[in-house]
Amino acid sequence: MERARLQVQVSGTGRSLLHAAYAIVLLAAMALPSWVGSSAQEYPYFVTYSQEMEEPGNLDVEFLSVVGSPHGGDSFIGSNIEFEYGLKGWWTTEFYLDGQATQNQSTIFTGFRWENRFRPLSREHWINPVLYAEFEDISADKSIREVVGHDGRYDFLVPNWLARMDKEREIELKLILGSNTHGWNISENFIAEKNLAGDPWEFGYAFAFSRPLQLAARAGECTFCPEKFQAGVEMYGGLGDTDGFGLHLTSQYLGPTVNWAAPNGLTVAFSPQFGLNGYSIPVLYRFSVSYEIQQLFSHFRRSDQ
Amino acid sequence: MIRKPAWLIAFLVVGLSAAVFATSNGAWLENVPQRDREKVNPYRGQPDAVAAGQRIFLDHCAHCHGAEAEGTKKRPSLRSERVQQQATDGDLHWLLVNGNRGQGMPSWVKLGDPQIWQVICYVKSLH
Repeated sequence: MERARLQVQVSGTGRSLLHAAYAIVLLAAMALPSWVGSSAQEYPYFVTYSQEMEEPGNLDVEFLSVVGSPHGGDSFIGSNIEFEYGLKGWWTTEFYLDGQATQNQSTIFTGFRWENRFRPLSREHWINPVLYAEFEDISADKSIREVVGHDGRYDFLVPNWLARMDKEREIELKLILGSNTHGWNISENFIAEKNLAGDPWEFGYAFAFSRPLQLAARAGECTFCPEKFQAGVEMYGGLGDTDGFGLHLTSQYLGPTVNWAAPNGLTVAFSPQFGLNGYSIPVLYRFSVSYEIQQLFSHFRRSDQ
Repeated sequence: MIRKPAWLIAFLVVGLSAAVFATSNGAWLENVPQRDREKVNPYRGQPDAVAAGQRIFLDHCAHCHGAEAEGTKKRPSLRSERVQQQATDGDLHWLLVNGNRGQGMPSWVKLGDPQIWQVICYVKSLH
């Protein structure tokens, strides 16, 4: 009884947080004048990082959601609110708040992540490396920001009230490699994650490529012209851990992905991603909305008379 | 033996990597390889490219360089002699592809070559 009351309480708080977060971004997007935001020209990736850094002084606010329905479990929606800020041309920092809602269970706040990306080579090369370090403090997470180790559909069968007891404080390191050629972007990530409680290192990968539907811009204003769309393919999965490296008992996903640079600085992306083996969730539907505020702090400075 | 925590090692690796960045002296023009300098803008002289370049400029560049490319407190004017007279289209293409990260200028390679050349058409039309 006590647990049920607590669950309802947590559920209400989590749902309020998620709703508030969505409301903030939508209101911001509608309320801010169009010159504050810009077409971000993002790549349509949900898990894979490219070599692109946030422009210095710009703040990108993004909502990412993933919907899935594991065999034998309840459907869920996992969400992140991401604040990405360009500190320097070579240094981007991001802060995430995570939450999830599971059908017949609860809606909960699941934790936070803080990540930093560093680009060691200043110029463009055939392959451009970026170093990534993240700390996360999460529990019962269902946002699937990456797949490592033996992450699989069985993790999603654990009820929220039980999963919340397993607090995960982890560091995650990535080597991001990215190339741009003839309008295509090709990005590869190698992931190593470690639970600070002492679990073994877990490994994973992500790979994606994409291209705008048209490279040259049109002379006139347009909303749905091909240059506003980017399409590609994304694949990612686990690679086991230090006790057993490889594809055995790992989940793998593959799917097409597309985004649209909407007016007023909004970018909308969608991707259905298919589990490639029985260890994966059959289908994940990913959706994101992002809004980029250019030169954030310039809006707080007093303009010259 | 004291065992170093993994996060400390990771922090040091990332920190050292960040420390090897070279700072720019601002003389980016001198760094442009000859073959890049001599690149020809395939959109040169096309009014449509200037109009398209202006749209791209307003979307991505105007916040730093000003809506009329006149520059802002921290970012240079693109109507300067350096940009309009000294720099070739190829020089500007190289700058937009590589950026000048030490000075806060990001790479715009994600725009793709056609849009980069279109922006250059617009910038060069401002002289």
